[in-house]
Amino acid sequence: MAEASIVRDGITLAAIAAVCTALVAATYTVTDERIAANQQAWLERSLQPVLAGLSFDSGVSESRLTIPAPHALPGSDDATVYRVYAQQSPVAALYVVSARDGYAGAIRLLVGVAVGGEIAGVHVLAHRETPGLGDLVETSKSDWVRQFDGRSLADPNVVGWRIKRDGGTFDQLTGASVTPRAIVKAVRQTLEYHAVHADAVFAAPSDDEETLQQ
Amino acid sequence: MTTLIERFRTGLWYENPGLVQLLGLCPLLAVTSTFVNGLGLGVATLSVMVVSNALVSATRRWIRDEIRIPIYVLIIASLVTCTELIFKAWFPALDRSLGIFIPLIVTNCAIVARAEVYASRNPVGSSIVDGVVMGTGFALLLMAIGAFRELVSLVWLLAVLPPGAFFSLALAIAAKNTIDGRRKNRRDALPRRSRLANR
Repeated sequence: MAEASIVRDGITLAAIAAVCTALVAATYTVTDERIAANQQAWLERSLQPVLAGLSFDSGVSESRLTIPAPHALPGSDDATVYRVYAQQSPVAALYVVSARDGYAGAIRLLVGVAVGGEIAGVHVLAHRETPGLGDLVETSKSDWVRQFDGRSLADPNVVGWRIKRDGGTFDQLTGASVTPRAIVKAVRQTLEYHAVHADAVFAAPSDDEETLQQ
Repeated sequence: MTTLIERFRTGLWYENPGLVQLLGLCPLLAVTSTFVNGLGLGVATLSVMVVSNALVSATRRWIRDEIRIPIYVLIIASLVTCTELIFKAWFPALDRSLGIFIPLIVTNCAIVARAEVYASRNPVGSSIVDGVVMGTGFALLLMAIGAFRELVSLVWLLAVLPPGAFFSLALAIAAKNTIDGRRKNRRDALPRRSRLANR
């Protein structure tokens, strides 16, 4: 009799699993399009802070280029770049990178670099730094990240690309130096990457085009 | 009607999953840094609990004891996945601020507990009521703690940090026990006084 009950239990489990899977599949079909649209809208909204003040063609979010790890950008996972063009000529590159040496895990950064190497803007996308201290790097909480605007590898010089406590030019935050230190370092590393690879970054086909070709 | 009110009092107060049974503490402590987060996770947990109670109760005839746990897990995990998709589609901002805690509703033992203790032994209608009552109790506690921490954080930053969650929950439990204790004292004191008056 034991075998009969095993078979019966197996059938019960399989039937319930099938029903549950159908339920998830149905929900997925209904929500799929909305979720994709939301993610697109969210991405475009998060690119806004570093695009302010630039004139450019539309379709920035379609210009995504994935730079597979390992690369010279900050972070050990794949990095993403959005290219900004005006009449086919490059205007700026928006790097999505992660600073790994924050106080609590990786800090996701969006670093906008103009074609000439000046910073168009820096924006913190995601972080888990201490509320009230390290989170002042968020644009909504303080304008700390604004001090990068217009900076480049030549301004300040190599020694100056540090926080003031370490003898550099950038302000730290009261009570928090680990977070600013990590961000300054990541931004400098992004600039160094841009100085070497900018031409290749602007010339490469976007991820979407590559998928189409395959 | 009286029984319905009685059941709400049980779920919201006497057997509140968070305050009395102390179930589902991980999400309770982790997301209650703001009122809106508490509300979001509360509503998500409530809806999963209601539907899972309904499904477990509806299928209880065919589920033998030996395989009930994997089946509960299957049902709850599917419902949570659906909830996550729905949040992503219609409440993207809330989904971003709750992050991993929506998928983690799967591991909220308050939901399995209701499936095991109530839904597997009672008819569908009654199990749905149980899900509503217990889920509401949990959601209200999440909102109360979220609101409390958000307000206190204006003067004391620690309230929104992880330790603040422990303090707030401890205060909530202490407050409940104090109120229950006072009530009990009053109830004990009353007959004695009336006895004295009669003498």
